[in-house]
Amino acid sequence: MKNELPKWADYILLPLINLTFAFVVAGMVVMLVGENPFEAAYILVRGAFGYGGGIAYTMYYATNFIFTGLSVAVAFHCGLFNIGSEGQAIIGALGVALAALTLDHLMPWWVIFPLAIVGSALFGAAWALIPAWLQAKRGSHIVITTIMFNFIASSVMVYALVEVLKPAGSMAPQTRTFEEAGRIPKLDWLFEFFGSGLQGAPLNLSFFLALIMAFLVWVLIWRTRFGYELRTTGTNPTAAVYAGIPPVKTIVITMLISGGLAGMMALNPVMGDQARIELDFTAGAGFVGIAVALMGRSHPVGIILAAILFGMLYQGGAELSFDMPNISRDMIIAIQGLVILFAGALEHLFRPSLIRLFSRFGSDSEASLAEAA
Amino acid sequence: MADQSSNVAPAIELSGICKSFGPVQANKDIDLVVEKGTIHGIIGENGAGKSTLMSILYGFYQADSGTISINGKTIKIPDSQAAIAAGIGMVHQHFMLVENFSVLENVILGAEGGPILNQGIAHAKAELQRLEEDYALDVDIDALIEDLPVGLQQRVEILKALFRGADILILDEPTGVLTPAEADHLFRIFEQLRDQGKTIVLITHKLREIMAITDDVSVMRHGQMVATRKTSQTNVEELAKLMVGRSVLLRVDKDKAKPTEEKLVVENLTVKDDRGVVMVDNVSFSIRAGEIVGIAGVAGNGQSELMEAISGIVTPESGSIYLDGKLINETGPADPALLRERGMAHVPEDRHHVGLVLPFSEMENSILGYQGDDAYASGMFMNMDAIEADAKAKMEQYDIRPLNTALKASNFSGGNQQKIVLSREMERDPVVLLIGQPTRGVDVGAIEFIHKRIIEMRDAGKAVLLVSVELDEIRSLADRTLVMFAGRIVGERGPEASEGELGLLMAGIEDEKEKRV
Repeated sequence: MKNELPKWADYILLPLINLTFAFVVAGMVVMLVGENPFEAAYILVRGAFGYGGGIAYTMYYATNFIFTGLSVAVAFHCGLFNIGSEGQAIIGALGVALAALTLDHLMPWWVIFPLAIVGSALFGAAWALIPAWLQAKRGSHIVITTIMFNFIASSVMVYALVEVLKPAGSMAPQTRTFEEAGRIPKLDWLFEFFGSGLQGAPLNLSFFLALIMAFLVWVLIWRTRFGYELRTTGTNPTAAVYAGIPPVKTIVITMLISGGLAGMMALNPVMGDQARIELDFTAGAGFVGIAVALMGRSHPVGIILAAILFGMLYQGGAELSFDMPNISRDMIIAIQGLVILFAGALEHLFRPSLIRLFSRFGSDSEASLAEAA
Repeated sequence: MADQSSNVAPAIELSGICKSFGPVQANKDIDLVVEKGTIHGIIGENGAGKSTLMSILYGFYQADSGTISINGKTIKIPDSQAAIAAGIGMVHQHFMLVENFSVLENVILGAEGGPILNQGIAHAKAELQRLEEDYALDVDIDALIEDLPVGLQQRVEILKALFRGADILILDEPTGVLTPAEADHLFRIFEQLRDQGKTIVLITHKLREIMAITDDVSVMRHGQMVATRKTSQTNVEELAKLMVGRSVLLRVDKDKAKPTEEKLVVENLTVKDDRGVVMVDNVSFSIRAGEIVGIAGVAGNGQSELMEAISGIVTPESGSIYLDGKLINETGPADPALLRERGMAHVPEDRHHVGLVLPFSEMENSILGYQGDDAYASGMFMNMDAIEADAKAKMEQYDIRPLNTALKASNFSGGNQQKIVLSREMERDPVVLLIGQPTRGVDVGAIEFIHKRIIEMRDAGKAVLLVSVELDEIRSLADRTLVMFAGRIVGERGPEASEGELGLLMAGIEDEKEKRV
C-alpha cells in the first residue's frame, strides 16, 4: 500500500503536473529568444485546435503516433523495449507500396486498402522478427538490435527507392504517385458535417483504423489468454516459466504484433497523404511513439491522448514557427524534447512528493482501509 | 524510564517512535530500552514493524516523531554513517558483501582510511587479528566471499560491524540460513560479545532462539511494542500469545498416515545448474498417495533444484521422474503446463518471484499456470466473470483478507499472499502436491491454517512433497523425512526422529548405520 497513488492521480494528475512543468520550462526558452511565451502558447493551441484544418492536421499527426505508441506499448507490456518502431514503419511502407503499386490500375481502393493493411503489418512484423528471435534465443539485447535495424531499414529504403521503385527517368528518390485507387479516402465528409472543410489537411480513414487498433490492443492485453501470458512474461519472467508460459514463443509473437502495428503507421503518410513513398516519410514518428507510450502509461486510452498532445505540438509548432520567425523549427523540436523529458524520463521526479502529499492529506477512511489490508 | 537498577545509561533508549508509510503506520509510539551488555530479542509476526524500527535505528528511515538515545545521549540518525559513528552496527538478513572481493577487502570497504590502500590494509589486518582473537571469529581474511559458506559470510558481516567500532550490534533474522550447528556457534559468539561488553539486538520470529540466547525480549504486534519481558521469567506459550494476541496451536494434530499406492517416483535424478555444477546428485525416492514426505536441509543443498526438476521448470541431467506411473518427460521435455494438466500442483518456495506476479490483481494471480483452462478461457479470450467468481470463492474459503479480487497481490500481507498460491494449487484436486517453504514469512495465525490444509490434502489422498528449512515444520507435518545435504539424500527418518538427529544429518554428518548402506 505504501508508495502508491490513487489511480486518478497516477493517470491524470501526475501527467498534468509533468506537462505543466514541461511548458513552464519551454516558456522560459521562448522568453530567452525574446518572444512572449503566453502569446506563443496561444498561437500553438490556436494552430492545433483553432480551426478545422488545424484540427485535421493535429489528428493526422496523432494517427501516426497512435500506431507507433501502440507498437511500443505492446512490447513494453512484455518487458521488451522496442526502439525499432521507426525502422519497422519504414519497412512497412514497402508492404503498402507493394499493394498499391501492383493493384492501383486493377482494383478499387476498398480492395487495395485491406491488402495494404495486411502488407504493412506483415512487412513491419517481419522486420521485428530477427531482433525478436535474437532476443528470445540468444539474449541479444533488443534495444541494441532494434536500434541497429532502424539504420538498416533506412538504408534499405534508400536502396529500394533509388534502385528499384523509382520510375525510369525520374531524378527524385521516390516511387511513382499512386492512382486514385491506391489512396486512402480523406475524411472531408466528417469535417463538412461539422461545417468546416479539411482545408488541405491529409486526415484520412487510417485515423479510424488507429482507433480500432487501439481497442484491439486493449482487448489483446487485458482480455485474451495471450495478453495475460505476455504481461506475465513482462512483469515476472520466472513466474511465467513456473506457469508453463513458453518465453521464446511469447517474446517472438509479441514483437511480431509490435512490429505489425509500427508497420501499419506507414499507411497514413504513404497511402493517406503523399500517395507515394518519399524518403523520411516517418518524420521520427517511431521515436515519438516511445514518448507517447511512456506518457500514456502503455494504456491505449492514454496513448490516444498522448498522441493527440504530440499531434498538437507538431501541428501547432509548425504554425508557431511560421508566425514567430524567432522560434525556428528546431525550437519546436526542443519544446517537444522537453515534453518527452518531463513526461517520460523524469516521470518519477514529482511522484515522491505527490505520494507524501497524499499520505499527509489522505482521508481517515483511506488510512483505516489500508490498515485492514 | 531510566529507573534501572544499574547506574549505567541504557545502550539504546527509544521513546515515542512513530513512522508511517503513506497511510500505513508501521511503528506506533514505540518505547524500547536495551540495557548495556545484554542480548535483547525483538520478536513479532511479519509486518509487525520490527525491521522498520531497526531501520530507523540504523538511519535507513527517519522517524516521523520520537527520540533516540544511545548510551544516554539523545541523537539524530539521519543516515547509516551517523549510526556507525554512534557505535551501531547492523547485520542484515541478506548479506551486503561483494562476492568477488576477499574478506579483508569487504571489511575495509567504506572504511579504507584514505586514498592509498597500503596503510589502511596494514591497520585493518592488525585490527582484524585482534578482533578474531577476542571474539573467536575465525575467518581466513584472504579468502574470497563467494568461496565461503553462509555461516562464515555472516561472521564477516559481524567482523565488518566490529571493525567500524560497533558497540551495539543489530542482527536481522541471523539464523535463517544456518544449520543448527552453525546457529549454535553463532550463539556462542553472541555470548562472547556480550561478555566483552557489547550489546546485541536480535530480531527474529523463532521463539526457540529467543528462549535459548536472549536476556530480555520485546514483543511487537501491529506496529506497537506490546510487551518487554525478562527471558527467564517468560515462556514460549506466553510469547506466542503476545505475538498474535491469542493462543495458537504450536503442535499440529493429525492422525497416522494411511499411504496407498506410489504416485510420485524419482529414480537416480541428477540436476545441474546453469554453471554446470551438480546440485542434485543421484537422488531416488517415492511418495505414496496419502502421505507427506518432508525434505529437510539447510537452504542451498539442492532442495530447490529438486523441486524445479520435478515440477518441470528445469530439465534434469539424467534420471527419471514418474507421475502417477508415467514418465513425466514421456512425450518430450517436461513442461510445467503439461504437468499441471496431469495433476502436478506446485506451491513454489519463492512466492514473490515465482508463485505470484505481484503487480497483478488477486484474481489474475488466482489463475497463474491455469490460464489455459477451459473454466477460465473460451478460445483465445479470458472469461473474466468466471475468473472473478472462482477467485472470490477461494478467497472466502481460505479467508484471504481483504476480500477484494481486484487488489494487487503486492498489497496483501505475506500470509494472505501465500494463501492465494495455496488456494490456487490445492483446489485443483491434484495427484501430487509439491510445497516449498509453505510458511516462510507467514504470520503465526496463518501458519496454523496452512498446516491444517496440508494435513487435509494428505488425508484426501494426495501425495505431498514438503520442502522446508524450518525443521519444526518438517517434524510436525511429515510422515517421513528425507534429509538433503550437498545434493544427496543422506538419510531417511520417521516422524519420531529428534531434532538433534536431523540436525546432524543436515550438517552432513552421516551416522554409522547410514554409511554402511
